[in-house]
Amino acid sequence: MNWDWQVVDDFMPRFWDGVLVTLQALAIGTLIAFALGLVWAMAQRSTLVWVRWPVIAFTEFIRNTPLLVQLFFLFYVVPNFGPSMSPLTTGIIGLGLHYSTYTAEVYRAGIDGVPVGQWEAATALNLPKGRTWRAVILPQAIRRVVPPLGNYVVAMLKDSPMIATIGAFDMLGEAQAFSNETFTTEAITVVGVAFIVIAYPASLLIRALERRLVR
Amino acid sequence: MMSSEFFTTWFLPGIWITIQVTLYSAALGAVIAFGIGLARDSRFWIVRFLAGVYFEIFRGMSALVLMFWMFFALPFFGWQLVPMWAGVSALGLTYGAYGSEIVRGSLAAVAPAQKEAGIALNFTRWQRLRLIEMPQAWPEMVPPFNNLLVELLKGTALVSVITVADMTFAGNLLRLGTNETTPIYTLLLVLYFVLAFLITRGMRLVERKAKAGIGQQPEKRGGITAKLSARGEALQASTGSAGGK
Repeated sequence: MNWDWQVVDDFMPRFWDGVLVTLQALAIGTLIAFALGLVWAMAQRSTLVWVRWPVIAFTEFIRNTPLLVQLFFLFYVVPNFGPSMSPLTTGIIGLGLHYSTYTAEVYRAGIDGVPVGQWEAATALNLPKGRTWRAVILPQAIRRVVPPLGNYVVAMLKDSPMIATIGAFDMLGEAQAFSNETFTTEAITVVGVAFIVIAYPASLLIRALERRLVR
Repeated sequence: MMSSEFFTTWFLPGIWITIQVTLYSAALGAVIAFGIGLARDSRFWIVRFLAGVYFEIFRGMSALVLMFWMFFALPFFGWQLVPMWAGVSALGLTYGAYGSEIVRGSLAAVAPAQKEAGIALNFTRWQRLRLIEMPQAWPEMVPPFNNLLVELLKGTALVSVITVADMTFAGNLLRLGTNETTPIYTLLLVLYFVLAFLITRGMRLVERKAKAGIGQQPEKRGGITAKLSARGEALQASTGSAGGK
């Protein structure tokens, strides 16, 4: 089989549509993962057993089961009980939720890395809990968590094509549809290369951040 | 609910296929992880460079896209893979790249003096690796490899989209037939969780064994200490005879 640049050219407009959807899923998914992860991490440190225990059980379960099956679950099961969502919305929520359990672990490690003396100092100063977190603990934890969080953004990028399996038109979804219509294989190759082209500079950036922030 | 007939014709074989895919791609991934991990520390720059290229490509690639590509595009280049092997190779290539970083990192963490000692004793590169570096790096590798294995297990669900009849595939098939989505996908998630739990448990045994190997009494460790002392005596003998001349 010969490589046909004309096919690549025909695919390009739809490829860019797909790139936009992928980046959109990645951006919103990241926001959800970062925010929810912090919620999980703080809840896991709660002194209340009935808060701590269910959160630990839930995050462990999500982390140890496949994202693909979780997406199917969200897409086919949730509408039986609640709102029915578009494939893209479902995909974004699935990605965000799945990766929030990983970021929770990152936050946990970052918070554990803050010396105990800092907690004790906050207690000695009689700081309220909210201020202890905002003014003392989190600012110190943040530099430790940025590089691993960045790694999970790249990981999320690589997992994002899974949303194509529930019908979202991200890069892979567009490539699949295009290949089925034209009986060609160039599109999927283009998408494969695109992932490396996006992921490689991203991982270089994270390595640079790691050198700067973690010493 | 699920008919028992369906369970025995699709679901049980599906579980077995998931396990098979996990084992095969773990084996392929382990070979690649050690090969690439060692090659990235090679003396020859060309080997280092090629291993680095492999690492960056397959770490940056999405496993699902790679799998699709191997399944749909590879045949057009004249190479047809059975779905199962397209899936296994995509997973093995991807997770092998991740694993190579574990191998490389753990070997790099072995104290430099240990390697220098090996050089001083005139060990070959291979002897140093086998007798000095690997035994010390191995316990460090086990926990991250455990995590990677669980990731791999979760990754095997992807093979269902290229028509490998694993347990996710069976679940999707059943959904099309019955629309009983809640029990199907709940069961699937629980099954994956149980498998992941079993892997973690199994790896904990490996971890304990690996750690035990380090703390043992010298006389019980036939391998490295015996070899080292034999080498040392031989060295002493040779220098001694040199001094006597």
